[in-house]
Amino acid sequence: MPLHVFSRRDFFAYCAKASLGASALVTAPGFAQVDKLTLSGLAESRLRTFDEMVHPFVQSQNLKQEGVSLTLPSLADNGHLVPLHMKIDSPMTEASHVSHIYLISQRNPVPLMCMFVLGPLNGRAEISTRVRLSGTQMVVALARLSDGHFIYQTQEVAVTEAACVDNG
Amino acid sequence: MTEILKKKQIFGFALCLGLLLSGFSTLVSAQQRFIPLDQLKSGLDYASNEVRGLQLDDDFSSLSAHGIDKGAQLWKQVAGSSNKSCESCHGEVTDSMKGVSARYPAVDKSTGKLFNLEDRIRQCRQKNQKASNWALESDELLAMTLQVNTASKGMPIKVSIDGPAKKHFEAGLKLYMARQGQLNLSCTQCHDQHHGQRLFNDKLSQGQPNGYPIYRLDWQYLASLERRLRFCYASVRAELPAWGHVDMRNIELYLKWRAEGLLIEVPAVRK
Amino acid sequence: MSNARIQLPPRILEGDVFKVRLLINHPMDSGFLRDINGVLIKRNVIRQLICTLNNQEVFRAEPTTGIAANPLFEFYLRAVKSGELYFRWVDDKASIGELRHPLNVWLASSSGAPKP
Repeated sequence: MPLHVFSRRDFFAYCAKASLGASALVTAPGFAQVDKLTLSGLAESRLRTFDEMVHPFVQSQNLKQEGVSLTLPSLADNGHLVPLHMKIDSPMTEASHVSHIYLISQRNPVPLMCMFVLGPLNGRAEISTRVRLSGTQMVVALARLSDGHFIYQTQEVAVTEAACVDNG
Repeated sequence: MTEILKKKQIFGFALCLGLLLSGFSTLVSAQQRFIPLDQLKSGLDYASNEVRGLQLDDDFSSLSAHGIDKGAQLWKQVAGSSNKSCESCHGEVTDSMKGVSARYPAVDKSTGKLFNLEDRIRQCRQKNQKASNWALESDELLAMTLQVNTASKGMPIKVSIDGPAKKHFEAGLKLYMARQGQLNLSCTQCHDQHHGQRLFNDKLSQGQPNGYPIYRLDWQYLASLERRLRFCYASVRAELPAWGHVDMRNIELYLKWRAEGLLIEVPAVRK
Repeated sequence: MSNARIQLPPRILEGDVFKVRLLINHPMDSGFLRDINGVLIKRNVIRQLICTLNNQEVFRAEPTTGIAANPLFEFYLRAVKSGELYFRWVDDKASIGELRHPLNVWLASSSGAPKP
């Protein structure tokens, strides 16, 4: 049976569905307040379940919580820029390597924060970047291995918000 | 939102009561410093480890990287009918501009107005380079201000409040002490009396001007002191003056006097 | 004027797995914030970043609004031979950014010229 590879089409379809709700808000007249909502840290956005976060990628493949180290500050006083580091145990050979990494947010308007594509030429499955977090939430680093199964790690990040809500 | 307003009103009232009870006089003489010089602290001291790391740890991934690169490029760029670049007249920025940022705002001799560094750069560009003017808070002006600041990195702030600057200083002091806006808060209440304490989740700093223009994480952008002051005005729900208003310059002069001896930070990151 | 910075280790030996640091100047406007005049800033983020080494793709990132402004990416590459690193990114406005940087890989035993 051919491996199901989460193709670009699936990715965009997923994003389209996920952001349909958000885009409906964008065009609605009441949307003017959304930036205040995200900035004020109120629980305006629903927390997704773990399954909702990973299912679009994992589908019916094997999923294990192992082999992934995910580092974010446990308390970020600014959600606009949160340093993130992740490392996945993998020999990164042709036969066995990390093919994709998905960084998924529990509360951001857009659940997928970034997708990375790697291969044996990377030598090491280790990436650092800086993410945006809209309020206190769990972050998931989900890695797809070359044999099709998935591994993951999660971390809770508490994000405090500014006292003064800003309009520039 | 109404809950937050209510909390702030109570906070303001409590402060007011506290002030009255402590017999604090709102009229501070020009020589009296609420925060003594040896207790001055940069905003960096109140920042989280994360923010401090962003400023200090790594030049490569600096959030002001683009501003710095752009400033260096603009310094060498020929502009206007003068066909000159900053470099043509001023040579190396680190030589010619050394200490300049540390003594602004200053009264401009030709116009008699109180100029901050941004005003001075704009005037030079318009008068000497004969080039189109950069708007306040434009990318170019922010980058150039950063560029000039690099020449004063680590130098102590020292402005003059004598002579023509005196009346501006006194006006700035008055504004700093005055209650403003719907929330009826003055700068001194938060930044002189409650620095180090928290306004909800925010740790209040002393409100020092030694890092500007900063990269403000909340705005994902470089920002001048004026923009930051306007934000404070908006936060206490005070009426915003026009950009470049003399009130803003006066406050800046007072703040720099208050910050005497604090070292200039370039580039600076704040939340 | 480049709107991106790259950092590599000063000396890369054949067989090394080395770190690449890339910082791109881009606002990564999420579409949820307002500008200085209170006007909502339209979404404009880098949606794809590809790194090739000697024309072979070695790293790809597809960010969304969840990546912070002025994105920083750090990843690793295996040093096989010298060549050219080429970065190309596209944002929502279909603007393209590029950065090229030579990659010099030295033979572990030699101290002469980099391995071609």
